[in-house]
Amino acid sequence: MTTQASSLTQKDRGRVTDRAFWLICIGAGIIVLVILAAILVSTLNQSWPAISNTGENGFFTSKVWDPNEGKFGTLAFMFGTVMVSLIAILFAVPISIGIALFLTELAHRRIKGTVVTLIDLLASVPSVVFGLWGIYFFAPTLKPVYDWLHNALGDIPVIGALFGSANANSFMTAGLVVAIMIIPIITSITREVFDTVPDSDKQAAWALGATRWEMIRGAVFPHSFGGIVGAVILGLGRAMGETVAVALVIGASIQITPNLLAPGYTIPAGIINLFGESSGDFTAALIGMGVILFLVTVVVNLLAQVIVRRAELRMRGAA
Amino acid sequence: MTAASEARRVPVVAGGLKRGSLSFRRRFVDIFSKVLMTVALLLAVTPLVLVLIYVAQRGGKVISLDFFTEDIVPSPRRSGGGMAPAIVGTLIITGAASLLAIPLGVLGAVYLNEYGKKNALARFIRIMSDVMTGVPSIVMALFIYVAVVLVTGDKTGLAAALALAALMLPVVLRSSEEMLKLVPDELRQASAALGARRWKATVSVVLPAAISGITSGIMLAIARAAGETTPIVVCAGIAYSVSWDLNSQQTALPAQIFSNAAQPFDPAVARAWGAALTLTIIVLVFTLAARFVASRFAIKNR
Repeated sequence: MTTQASSLTQKDRGRVTDRAFWLICIGAGIIVLVILAAILVSTLNQSWPAISNTGENGFFTSKVWDPNEGKFGTLAFMFGTVMVSLIAILFAVPISIGIALFLTELAHRRIKGTVVTLIDLLASVPSVVFGLWGIYFFAPTLKPVYDWLHNALGDIPVIGALFGSANANSFMTAGLVVAIMIIPIITSITREVFDTVPDSDKQAAWALGATRWEMIRGAVFPHSFGGIVGAVILGLGRAMGETVAVALVIGASIQITPNLLAPGYTIPAGIINLFGESSGDFTAALIGMGVILFLVTVVVNLLAQVIVRRAELRMRGAA
Repeated sequence: MTAASEARRVPVVAGGLKRGSLSFRRRFVDIFSKVLMTVALLLAVTPLVLVLIYVAQRGGKVISLDFFTEDIVPSPRRSGGGMAPAIVGTLIITGAASLLAIPLGVLGAVYLNEYGKKNALARFIRIMSDVMTGVPSIVMALFIYVAVVLVTGDKTGLAAALALAALMLPVVLRSSEEMLKLVPDELRQASAALGARRWKATVSVVLPAAISGITSGIMLAIARAAGETTPIVVCAGIAYSVSWDLNSQQTALPAQIFSNAAQPFDPAVARAWGAALTLTIIVLVFTLAARFVASRFAIKNR
């Protein structure tokens, strides 16, 4: 196409500009790759003294975190991150799938626009505002519920361990706040997936006399299973990275406990809360936690993309 | 007569085309599923409404004209003062981040959609920018802390702006690309037929055609960036008086909310609510404006 154009206008200046514009554009695209590589190299380099510690107080293997003694074991932070993200996923996924179904299969076109705007607004409320609301409204509101759960279930063996003594600021509160925050992203992806279900499949289900729910179960779900899994993993990635809201409502206690109602800590919350008072090895350890978070979120996001792409391909093949 | 009508009615009842002829279990499950979907929606919308009401109530008591014009009182115990330095900080830090991220993002999108298309590099950039969208803001803040703050030796508003720009870049890139994809190929072919070069066609035909969608995506990205807390806390330092200098220490609304929220003193908490209301209004206005731009000036479906 370029050669064709040049034979028409015969001006070298134009060709140079064309080339320069291409260079600028490709450079802008490549910056993404440069930044990702730079993140890995610079943070890894800075935190190596902390990460490379594999002895008794190993960075990945110890649960003793005592900056005054120079002990930086991150196990408790990792545990908290997993706990909070799992709680968040557990609550956010069914709700998100419900909303996505409501939007694609149930809602009238006019209601649809309003609902989409509302979910967009939910996504745009800043994390720190959710955190503030969490401390002063959500956590105090949940406390009586926690107390009730503790009294009702606390004495049952095994399950009781999950409902120990109740705190307003806890894994549970953090998980629920994060759930609210990841609902929009999971909803939007599941909705896209549901939208790709071929109309012919749905109409076939109607024609066989299926009710709406039977149509959803028989035509919509089988088509979108892969996509939903991808959306869940993507939500998991977001949940793990949530920082300020979690830092405000999790109660800042470095411990490993099965009690969902106990205060805890997550990796990002630990970094943001402790960063100001840290120096030297302490800072290196916090940056090291950032490296863990970075690597895990990159892997999780890549995985989610592979799954979503695969599902899309398979769907296109079927349709 | 009666026999004939009887005969006609039987198949209808047995064939079950009427809703009433469904078995109780099927009807119940169907209705129950609809109720659950509606409940799911309510469960998500309730927190939104509660947050907005609560922020408006608590923040509304604090906000006055002075709140927007006065300097921040450094002591969490003393009341009074305003949020002017944080408002200015939010404006210039987010502004600088946008100036960096928007041109890079849009040009990158032009590469992906106009040049790279489906080649290996373009596909790799696409995947990696989706991955970059998922990188938590705290990681980006630590990166800029290590790569900029430690190197220059100072926390500055500019460092925070760089972190925000890195967070905005993949969002702007991918949303702009989606919008460029919607531009009909006939426009490109028509420009080529008129003898326009690739860059000329892109700059004067393709980009203008997609500009409303791109703008809407950019505004959403700005709204998200304005609410980011961690880059400000980690990279921007602290400030109590208004400064328009990006090269000095700065503060911004999210950082003020975060540092005041956990204070045990009422005046500080009141300031946090005031800042939260200010920030929420800024972010919501940008979000709604983005939707308006997108729907009002959308590419006409043909």
